[in-house]
Amino acid sequence: MILIRCPYCDEQRPEVEFVYAGEAHISRPQNPNLLSDDEWAEYLFIRKNARGVHYERWVHAHGCARYFNAARNTVTDKILMTYKTGEPKPSVEEIAEAAK
Amino acid sequence: MTTFRRQGRGRPRQEKTVRFSFDGKEYAGVEGDTLASALLANGVHLVGRSFKYHRPRGILSAGSEEANALVAFDRGPGRVTLNVRATTLDLYEGLTARSQNYWPSLKFDITEINDKFSALFPAGFYNKTFMWPKSFWDWVYEPFIRRAAGLGPAPSEPDPDHYTSAYDHCEVLIVGAGPAGIAAALAASESSARVIIADEQAEFGGSLLSMPEAAIDGAPAWQWLESGLETLRSRDNVTLLPRTTVFGYYHDNFLGLAQSLTDHMSEPDPKEPRECLHKVRAAKVILATGAIERPLVFADNDLPGIMLASSAQTYLNRYGVAVGDNAAIFTTHDSAYIAAFDLSDANIRIAAIIDARATVDTRLIEEAKKRGIEVRAESVVTGAVGRFRVKRIRVNRVLASGVSAPEMIDCDTLLVCGGWTPSVHLWSHSKGTLKWKSELGAYVPDRPNENVICVGACNGEFGLKRALETGASAGGGAARLLEVKEDCGWSGEVFGALPTDRNETRIKAFVDFQNDVTAKDIKLAVREGFKSIEHVKRYTTAGMATDQGKTSNLNGLQIASNALARPVEQVGLTTFRPPYTPTTFGVLAGAQSGDTFDVTRKTPIDPWAVSAGAVFEPVSLWRRARYFPQTGEDMYAAVARECKATRESLGIFDATTLGKVEVVGPDASEFMNRMYTNPWAKLGVGRCRYGLMLREDGYIMDDGVVGRLANDRFHVTTTTGGAPRVLSMMEDYLQTEWPDLDVWLTSITEQWAVIALNGPNARKLIEPFVDGIDLSQEAFPHMAAREGRICGIETRLFRVSFSGELGFEINVPAHYGLTIWRKLYEAGREFNITPYGTETMHVLRAEKGFIIVGQDTDGTVTPDDAGMSWAIGNKKLDFVGKRSLERPDIVANGRKQLVGLLTADPNFVLEEGAQIVASPGQAIPMKMVGHVTSSYWSETLGRSIAMALVKDGRSLEGESIYVPMPGATIEAKVGSTVFYDPEGERLNVI
Repeated sequence: MILIRCPYCDEQRPEVEFVYAGEAHISRPQNPNLLSDDEWAEYLFIRKNARGVHYERWVHAHGCARYFNAARNTVTDKILMTYKTGEPKPSVEEIAEAAK
Repeated sequence: MTTFRRQGRGRPRQEKTVRFSFDGKEYAGVEGDTLASALLANGVHLVGRSFKYHRPRGILSAGSEEANALVAFDRGPGRVTLNVRATTLDLYEGLTARSQNYWPSLKFDITEINDKFSALFPAGFYNKTFMWPKSFWDWVYEPFIRRAAGLGPAPSEPDPDHYTSAYDHCEVLIVGAGPAGIAAALAASESSARVIIADEQAEFGGSLLSMPEAAIDGAPAWQWLESGLETLRSRDNVTLLPRTTVFGYYHDNFLGLAQSLTDHMSEPDPKEPRECLHKVRAAKVILATGAIERPLVFADNDLPGIMLASSAQTYLNRYGVAVGDNAAIFTTHDSAYIAAFDLSDANIRIAAIIDARATVDTRLIEEAKKRGIEVRAESVVTGAVGRFRVKRIRVNRVLASGVSAPEMIDCDTLLVCGGWTPSVHLWSHSKGTLKWKSELGAYVPDRPNENVICVGACNGEFGLKRALETGASAGGGAARLLEVKEDCGWSGEVFGALPTDRNETRIKAFVDFQNDVTAKDIKLAVREGFKSIEHVKRYTTAGMATDQGKTSNLNGLQIASNALARPVEQVGLTTFRPPYTPTTFGVLAGAQSGDTFDVTRKTPIDPWAVSAGAVFEPVSLWRRARYFPQTGEDMYAAVARECKATRESLGIFDATTLGKVEVVGPDASEFMNRMYTNPWAKLGVGRCRYGLMLREDGYIMDDGVVGRLANDRFHVTTTTGGAPRVLSMMEDYLQTEWPDLDVWLTSITEQWAVIALNGPNARKLIEPFVDGIDLSQEAFPHMAAREGRICGIETRLFRVSFSGELGFEINVPAHYGLTIWRKLYEAGREFNITPYGTETMHVLRAEKGFIIVGQDTDGTVTPDDAGMSWAIGNKKLDFVGKRSLERPDIVANGRKQLVGLLTADPNFVLEEGAQIVASPGQAIPMKMVGHVTSSYWSETLGRSIAMALVKDGRSLEGESIYVPMPGATIEAKVGSTVFYDPEGERLNVI
């Protein structure tokens, strides 16, 4: 059971308080009607299957109920850093710095 | 009492006699014994039969690695635990245990014939043999395998014990209370750090308990142990957990510990829990788990009386028990010599030390000579003879070209030592990497993945001195050098398969005792093309028994490596997984069993339903009244009566479980517009609308009636089971996609009790109780919502109907729910008010063609499939799922559409889930065109009704489809889903 730091509560809490919410940094298109079928399918269905750093969303379901983002290493299953929704996607260097 | 106790040997203890029973025979032991030590003290070596060949088996070890001495531990009805290792079972007055895997008796076991015909049972036997015909699996192969293969009969009664659990937190968790663990605990607890030290055994001390001669700092080691434990006990920051197995090591230093609390007690307090699960999150973990001695692989090495050398030493030095009168030793490692010397010093005759190595430390030879022990270097044991106990062994000298002719040596015990395997199980659970250390012939910890350190033998650091040093240093102790006297050499060689002069196809040299896997099986697997050790393991089942190969993995690996002619480190290592030793389901479940297995949500009206004799059903976590049978009624009779009464006069229904979400804020209507398919901007205050919610992929996710209580306030209802995911999806869009919208979402499911009244007399009943709301048809029409008072209590009153009748849903604060229900029920007697449950609710709604999300939809149904395009606000530019409704596959022809079905025989009620075909005469497999989603007897219509999802269903209106059922194919006609009152006139009864 991994530990996850909720960036809103600013506390490290056990995984059972959280629910995984899929890949991060996929924005809903502003005007879906202008998208071709392929573009819409890309948004709906196509997800990364990263080996290594993966940007993903979690929700602190049994806590503050906020959605936030995390960078997790899918090989070691370690959460490297968490950050608030809307904050820019951190670079690999920033993640390495935060994980120290 | 017995001839095998040695006075003056063993740990100091009160010699309190304890009586116990094994296989129905009474024996006496001494308090502090294990079942194994007590049996050995009574000269009992035969304790069980093996799993596959039913060969007689004895006691291999003195610890949790035991692979042979598995017994059924019987504490009374419902309290039989199978496959308990006799070596870990603490003796108490009245203990009862039985051997396993025999029929009809341990000494005369008919299934032992498996052994004689073992050529029929090679590796992969089951995979190769029980292949065809497929139908034989159910009634020939499986029953046969189950009967023949048993690991004892599974208990049939429920477990009467109870279990507890605790979350523990500490700076340092130490696993193993041998010398390394205790040294670590002493050092770590000098600061204020919270320290937990756990050991699977009843007594702390580990290997030290078997070493009475060792000395630390000039004093006997047992004295060092005593004072060390005294210090730890006196420190408030230290928790000592004996009889506690650390069975699993999970992410971020989270470990599972199972503590046995009452299994060692003669008469435990029945109120006390049997075991406790400690869930520990540790800042740092120190693994001091020691090492396990490895057996040697030679013909018939499984005979009772053949035992690990260090275990014989433990039985003598710790329990004061001699394992035999005349012991031979077969070793490839120095440590067995010390065992031989200890036994010899206790007047046990040592027949010979047979050492496979060419050169042996001269000091050991000298010590042996002093005691008159013959050492045969460069020799191997190639067989053991005896029926239920070893009588003599076959010994050959190793020559440049094979081995010499055999010579027989008499002995009643053979002690074996093939080196030592560090216990890296927990380290591997934590995903620490391993490296092969060829001088040890073992894998040792390499790079950690958590804040963890291995000390002592589990890190390949053998010997008491290294254990104490590495332990103290890991605990953060100053590097004070201890003066340590010990007489153990720690040099050895690893052989794997040993040379022999015998035909290897005719002998059984066991690698995995518990699963009866021999060296021959592993070689066969390699010959048949298995190259990875993970595949060899699964094909031969080596290491897959309940001991997980603690004594066998490395021998198996060596033999596979030799057979493949590849170095061990290239062959790999099988994966260690939790639990370290078998763990009871009871302790894992803890309090979550029986009535407390899961949460049961009850509405405020639930007590009334209980007193009215309701039959309940679970709906998500809720329990809901399903129907209210009167004397002599079954469900069908009760539902027919409830439906009729509701349609004719008045029914009352507890709808509290409906999910409820309040959507509030200046942008509430914009938010609703984006979340639901329907348009909300023009919905007037005081009005309701049926809302349909899609997922972004265009499929129906949820539905419910939404009331607008103010310009900026919506009272949203959801399905009973869908409430959490609807709120979660709303929150997701609000927080992450539209944070600019000024909206708050609040779950109000449990704030409001909901009483639904349906039937032509509904208004008449409530009118006298309602204040502040004009209930007339003009002022309060269908789909109106108002706030007011009922019986003087605030209410949100909705005029809605899920039955097609005049209907009201009365929301009242939850804690008034029961009172208002009772009041309305009493007043309703004049209208024959009839309580109804979910079953009647389902029938009433089906008669009207109202869908239930999750029953008539399955996550692949679009609004159009469900015939609900009318619920889509076509003028809206966007809402969740809108773009997907134009996806090519969703607009294509041939989708399954929801239709009504009327069976040709009006009395036949179709089975929900039944498959539908277009024509009955097809060859099997027939082409399925859909399935029945809802099906009921309609008392109102006097016939059966059903709904179904059928390919292009709406175009089939008036045509027949067929439902093949066992025995008959049922014909039904496709039609509208609305079976009753299609004009909706009954909603407007004045």
